[in-house]
This record gives sequence, C-alpha cells and structure tokens, in this order.
Amino acid sequence: MSYSQPPVTGKAGDVTTKDGGKSWFYTDVVKDHFFNPRNFMHEDANPDDYNAIGKVGSPACGDELRVWMKVDPASERVLDFRWKTFGCGSAIASTSMASVMVTENGGMTLTEARTIKPQHIMDRLGGLPARKFHCSVLCDKALRDAINDFYRRTDQVDKMVVEASRIIDPISKVTDHDIEEAVLEGATTIEAVQAKTKVGIGNPSVLPAVEELIRFYKEKYFG
Amino acid sequence: MSNVYLDHAATTPLDPRVLEAMLPYLKENFGNPSSFHSVGKEVKDALDDARTRMATILHVRADELVFTSGGTESDNLAVLGFCRANRPSTALRSAQEVREHTPAQEVRGHIIVSAFEHHAVLEAAMHLEKKEGFEVTYLSPDHDGLISVDQVMSAIRPDTLLVSIMYANNEIGTIQPIAEIGNAIQKYRADATKVAVNSGFKATSVASGPIFHSDACQATGFLDVDVEKLHVDMMTFNGSKMYGPKGVGALYVRRGLKLQPLQFGGTQEKSLRPGTENVAGIIGMAKALELVQADREQESQRLTVLRDTLIAGIRERIPKVRLNGHTTRRLPNNVNISFMDIEGEAFILYLDAAGIYASTGSACTSTTLDPSHVILSLGLPYEVAHGSVRFSLGHSTTMKDIEYVLETIPPLVAKLRALSPVRVDPKYYE
Repeated sequence: MSYSQPPVTGKAGDVTTKDGGKSWFYTDVVKDHFFNPRNFMHEDANPDDYNAIGKVGSPACGDELRVWMKVDPASERVLDFRWKTFGCGSAIASTSMASVMVTENGGMTLTEARTIKPQHIMDRLGGLPARKFHCSVLCDKALRDAINDFYRRTDQVDKMVVEASRIIDPISKVTDHDIEEAVLEGATTIEAVQAKTKVGIGNPSVLPAVEELIRFYKEKYFG
Repeated sequence: MSNVYLDHAATTPLDPRVLEAMLPYLKENFGNPSSFHSVGKEVKDALDDARTRMATILHVRADELVFTSGGTESDNLAVLGFCRANRPSTALRSAQEVREHTPAQEVRGHIIVSAFEHHAVLEAAMHLEKKEGFEVTYLSPDHDGLISVDQVMSAIRPDTLLVSIMYANNEIGTIQPIAEIGNAIQKYRADATKVAVNSGFKATSVASGPIFHSDACQATGFLDVDVEKLHVDMMTFNGSKMYGPKGVGALYVRRGLKLQPLQFGGTQEKSLRPGTENVAGIIGMAKALELVQADREQESQRLTVLRDTLIAGIRERIPKVRLNGHTTRRLPNNVNISFMDIEGEAFILYLDAAGIYASTGSACTSTTLDPSHVILSLGLPYEVAHGSVRFSLGHSTTMKDIEYVLETIPPLVAKLRALSPVRVDPKYYE
C-alpha cells in the first residue's frame, strides 16, 4: 500500500499519551511497579511459609487479589508480604506498592498496617486516574483480610475488625450489617446474599466488597 | 521501536487518496450545497456525485442514501426512526393466523436484535423497550458467534417491526448469513401480502412482516455490499472503518420506508437528517468505499493468510488460549483471542510498551465495569471475557508485523500469568 502509519512518539517501554499530557494514563511510579512488580508470590514458593492469607475480589468482577503474609508472632510485625493479582495495570501496581509499604523499614505492625487506606497507596504511586481508583485499589482490603486471618489463626478473634456499619452498595443502600445478617441467616454465597439483600444487582462494581464481607462473616461465625 | 497498529476495527488511518479527494472541499470549495448561487451549486454537484458513486457500488438508488455523522447515528436512525414511525396502531395477525382463523392480537411492536449487536443498535433497542413500550427479543449467537436464519424466523411475531442483525461482528469478526436472513424475511413478507389480499380481512389487520436492517460498518472493506443481493431494507455504513474520514456515515433506506427523524430543522437528506452536509466527509467516504471495494478480494486474500498465521502461531506458542468466534466464517482481518488467567487491560499496556496496539474486551477499558457483552453472549464466563484481546489487521499489516507479534507476546503472557492467582476452568480453552 502507498501509505504508511504516522510516527508514534514516546520512548520504548513507555506507556504514555501521544500528547504527553496528563490524561488517564499512568504515572512513572505506577508504570515502574506495573512493569517491574515487587514481592509477587513466585510459582515455586511454599504457601506454608506464611502465617496469614487474604483475598479480595473475583475474576468475574475483573480483579482478584490474594496475599500471603509472614507475621512475627511476638512483635506482630510484617516480615514478608507476597501477592498475586488478576487485574488491570493499576491493580497490579497498587498491590506491588502496598507490599513495599508494609514491609519497608523493618515492617509495619499489624495495627499500623490496618490503617493503610487506598488514598495512601495512591499518594505513593503519584496518583491514579479518577475512574481507576475505586475499582482497582483493593489491596488494603486484602491486607486487612490477611490481618484478620492472622488473628483468627492465633485465637485472637476479639482483634478481628470490620469497619462499623457502612453502605456497601450506594444503589441498593445495603450496609455491611445487612450482609452480616444475611450470612447469619445462612446466605453464604453472593447469589444467596443478593437474593436476600439485592446488593450489587445492576451495580456489579460493589461485588468484590460484598464477597469480602461474606468471607469475613463466614469465618467469624462459622470458622 | 516497532510500531504495529493492529486495531483497524477501532478505526483505520485515512488513505492519502481519500484525503486528496477531500481537500478541495475543506479549502476553496467551501460553499453550502443548499445555497442558490454558483459557489453552493458547485458543492451540491460534488455532493450529488459522491452520492451517486456510493449508490452505484451498493446497487441502490442515490435517493435511498441518508448521510449521517457515522455508524452510531445510522444505527440509531434505523432503529429509533423506523420503530417510532411504524408503531402498529391496530390489532394484527400473521399470515399463519389468518389461515387458522386466529383472532387478531393487540400488539405493542416487537424488535428482534442479536445479543451481540454493536451498542448503537443494542442500546437503541433497549431504550425503546424501557421507555417507549416496545418489546425486544435478543437472539443469542451460538458458541461460534453465529446467528442462524431459523433462529431469526422463529422469533418473528405478527407485530415484529424490525429485525436488526449485523453483517460482521465488530469484536469477533464473525460473518452473519445476511443474504439468507434477508431472503427469508422477503419471502415471509410476500406470503403475508398474498394472504392479506386473499383473506377478505382489512389489509391493515394482517401483519406485513418485518423490515430488515444490518450494520455493515466492519464488513465494508472485505465483503460484498451489494444491497440487492443481501435483501436488506436498511444498512449502516461508516467512513472511519474503511480508510475514510471520521464523523461521517450513511444509512441506506429502501425507497418507500417511513422513518421519523432524530433531529429537526432543515430539509437536507429529505428531512431525515437536517443540517448542512459534511461535504468533505461524504466525498471522502465515497472515495474510500470505492477504493476498499475495488481492492477487497485481493486484500481479503492477503489478510486471511496473515490472520491464520497469527492465530496458528499464538496457538502454537502459548498454552491456554481460545479463539473467540468461528475459525473461517470471520472477517479476514479479525483475530480475537482470550488469554486465560490474565486481564486484558494489563496485557494491552504490556503490548503498548512493545509497540503493538490492540484492544480488549476487558471491563477496565470500558466506561462500565462489565466486560465485553460479545464474549459473554458466546456463553463464556466473565474471566474469559476479561482476558479477550482483539488484533484487527489492515492495509499496513505485513508478515513481518505478525512475526514480531508472535515473537513478542509469549513472554508477556507468561509474565502476567506468573502474577495471576486465577486459573480458568480448562473446559473453556481445551
């Protein structure tokens, strides 16, 4: 053919907008963690080397995250934090960054680690596109899930925490207490909880959070 | 750095010959075709000429083409415009029901679309369903991404106004049997007319049968678009998928069909699409259609070889992949593959960094959080849809590009798989 593609600007390996501007693509830190992820769980690693695991999301909703944590039982500091993520660029980068944050400088205590919010991870990443923030930064939840798992395994159930009543699905106005009650009434799958509460119907973006809560209450009440 | 654009189904670059044809109408020939002076007349003549040339290729009359702003508007005009103008006001019975003396039914107006139509058709139909009281049947394609004639015909009811099935799917490239469906619908209508004449009933109480619309945006560069052979009543075309300009499209509307316009305020395009015409765009689209149609058999052969090399190469080098859509009944430029256990957006960004530009059915690149409705309509689960990637080939694609893609992607897939906790059920790729 007689025509050729117009030249595309940008260095090799650089995910950037053609205008070099600040549209929705990622910052250099995000790109670094996305292309060179830190602390991910290697295929040959032994899960038994870790004493707490956490999970959030599902492949159906587009993001699934699992974390493995090694906690020093005496100091309750995070010695090692490994992860696997199925998800978009910002899901991978934010998990990688979270793994750095909890393990750097000798490791956070579980009390400190529990205070990590998506905002903190985003700040360290130098920002994320607005529409990416809510759906892709899930690692703080997986981290709290793992912290609860550690306390459950060490028989410190009183230290397991789930945030006070909050609206999980702004459309159906279902709160975490509604989900707790549904689980206590025997609904232990997303479908069963949806049948009781209508949570996430027509608003599937809330399903990872719902799934996380179901798992939490299931473990809390039924072990 | 390599620079391999494999997203021609999203849009194509402008052919320089098209640009050349357009330039005078962006520069010196700026007149308004509706003006009664020679500056306008000159442009009106060029517009008429473009219309005639396009009509010749499509085998339609020039006055059966309505120029629009693109595929989306053409689809909306076809679905909304036709259904709103032809809503049944009386009870109807089908030819079959006339024979069986079944009483006429009160009706609401019924639309048949495939479940994997482009959103421009799908959401227009959904709007009519939710807000304007029509009923819609969504036909699910089979596992290969094909709709059958029988499926369409058995969904037709006495009050079915419109059937809309795309010529070739925009994500998986599967080619639908448009001529066969069109032929069957024409026969259905002929039968209805015969029965209406002979039945003694008022002709308006016997269903005349549906009108058939097809979106040909993706097909135009590769398939026969002779409307007469395809037996369609309305057909959508788009400039920007065939090396023409963006922001211009056309809707073929068979003479005699009544449509309600979507906008008002002028008599251009027989009042169906008022507003000063996008003259340069229309001239560019006509030129683009001529060029792709003249070249289509040769180009289709060339791209089929590249397409099949890419598919075979990926299958050979990468485990756990699935070709979405029929192996051969697909556009020569379409490769749609789900890479199991990984998420499409992350993969697209890795490809981008390697200078390969493709697209994904993952939710992450859409404005909603739902993944591709096309992949889901094949009966596949969400995680397979999230991992789908479309490589769409075009004029610039060479065997060297395909080899580069095949060399580049295996380590990228392996890397993302190493990060992923997901293991898709083998039944979806074995």
